[in-house]
Amino acid sequence: MDLILEGIKKAFWLLITFDPEVMGITLLSLEVSGIATLVSLLIGISTGVTVALSRFIGKRMVVSLINTGMGLPPVVVGLFVTLFLWRNGPLGFLEILYTPTAMVIAQTIIATPIVMGITLAAIQQLPQKLRLQILSLGATRLQMVWILIKEAKLPLLAAVMAGFGGVISEVGASIMVGGNIKGYSRVLTTATVLETSRGNFDVAIALGIILLLLAYLVNLILTQIQQRERPR
Amino acid sequence: MLLQVPSLSIQEEEIFSLIGPNGAGKTTLLQALSHLLKPFQGEILFRGSRVETNHSVLGYRRKLAMVFQEPLLFDTTVLNNVASGLKIRGMKRDEIYDRAMEQLERFGIGHLNGRSAKTLSGGEAQRTSLARAFALRPEILLLDEPFSSLDPPTRDSLMEDLEHILQQTRTTTIFATHDRLEALRLSDRIALMNKGRILQIGSPEEVTNHPANEVVASFMGVEAILTGKVIKRNGGTFIASVKGQEIEAVGDIPLGETVVLCIRPENVALSILSSREGTSARNVFPGKILKVTSLGLYQKVQLDCGFPLVAYVTNHSLEELSLVEGKDVRASFKATAVMVIRK
Repeated sequence: MDLILEGIKKAFWLLITFDPEVMGITLLSLEVSGIATLVSLLIGISTGVTVALSRFIGKRMVVSLINTGMGLPPVVVGLFVTLFLWRNGPLGFLEILYTPTAMVIAQTIIATPIVMGITLAAIQQLPQKLRLQILSLGATRLQMVWILIKEAKLPLLAAVMAGFGGVISEVGASIMVGGNIKGYSRVLTTATVLETSRGNFDVAIALGIILLLLAYLVNLILTQIQQRERPR
Repeated sequence: MLLQVPSLSIQEEEIFSLIGPNGAGKTTLLQALSHLLKPFQGEILFRGSRVETNHSVLGYRRKLAMVFQEPLLFDTTVLNNVASGLKIRGMKRDEIYDRAMEQLERFGIGHLNGRSAKTLSGGEAQRTSLARAFALRPEILLLDEPFSSLDPPTRDSLMEDLEHILQQTRTTTIFATHDRLEALRLSDRIALMNKGRILQIGSPEEVTNHPANEVVASFMGVEAILTGKVIKRNGGTFIASVKGQEIEAVGDIPLGETVVLCIRPENVALSILSSREGTSARNVFPGKILKVTSLGLYQKVQLDCGFPLVAYVTNHSLEELSLVEGKDVRASFKATAVMVIRK
């Protein structure tokens, strides 16, 4: 019991004093996962909308693939990104393995299908005739897509939350492709793993609290937006 | 859905209705006319010029507005909904909101402008949808069963308002409905559709009183459709034999020709057999009541007069004549009440 209490006490001390190492790790976490989420939104929403709006042979198969991708195991992603970025791998010439860039790539691969799948479902649940209505209001195809995205904004915000939540808390891929290098590619989750294994529970607890707070804050902000937009 | 329409032209400022049962192709035709569906064959001309390139399709679409059976409102305020088509056209903000408010007032829902569209009743939502269409000041208004999902009182009041507004704006309107009464009330011309084809185009009077064929007659409310052969001619009228009975009708038709006779149930009068009241009707037949069905305000009486006949009577007459199934009565209708389709 002492162990836990002592850990929590020290953890708060680290937080209150803005311990530089802890802060550095936090900022890197936010940066890597933030960028990964943004990129996944760009790819996921555009592809999701395109698939939702087009008719082609094998669409069901594509949709099932995307939905399967929503549950990609991070370690598998980590493995394949590592293989591709390995010195002798197909993309080895980039020399970005064990860098934050590699982590962004891995996290983007994890978040994109999540965003894509939710976008797809969100657009498909809009009434079929809404598209015709928008076109008959004189919209170009691009304007129509934009209006549909606005109509699906509530579920799309959920996509943002799910995507960000998925990557900020992910550890397997980050540790594999980032290498958990101190002061360079160490993020909240990988640091928590390391500190726990070393028995530095105070630091681990501090990191854990920050991780929870971050996840909570991001979701709080997005939920605020979502609820404000919700009709009274 | 296969649609086969050799040609169709809509006049400026007219209200043109497409009527027919569900699945007749009304919606498909509307969507083809608005270029939401590309016809496999043929073309659409607007004021004489072809609509075909992407550019001209967009330009054409921006001259029209469409209202569907569902209001299909956007998840925003009523005012923003009505403004949406104008925003798409990149109009100036002030002008957009002036125009949108003007239409909201016109449809009697100005006070709802700040409400979220999701909280509207069915009637209010459809008014918003119509206001959104009218805000575009369309040259052609396409209505796809706009009243079908409304309850009768709401539908009546909205239809009355729309009728009034259309009289003011004189907007060319193409109106699809499965309800012939709606079409008869609003239209200058009616096209009756079935199975992807147009069976007849004419004024409400024409399609009602001069149906081109049995399908049109039946859709326009004719219950008794009888096939017979002309056996006598008598200066402007003729007598046709229908299952051994002789029915007199108006028309100049050669002897021996096969005709289809259509008799509207509201033109058939019933009296009890013993009555000696004189009737000016030439066609008087004794018959037996097969079935009486209540239609609410009046009763539908199915008869066997040697040929099947249907009459509508008021609830009052039903009681007075004590019309029940199995009773023998006398049915009469005028020669002029018989619509004749030549074969």
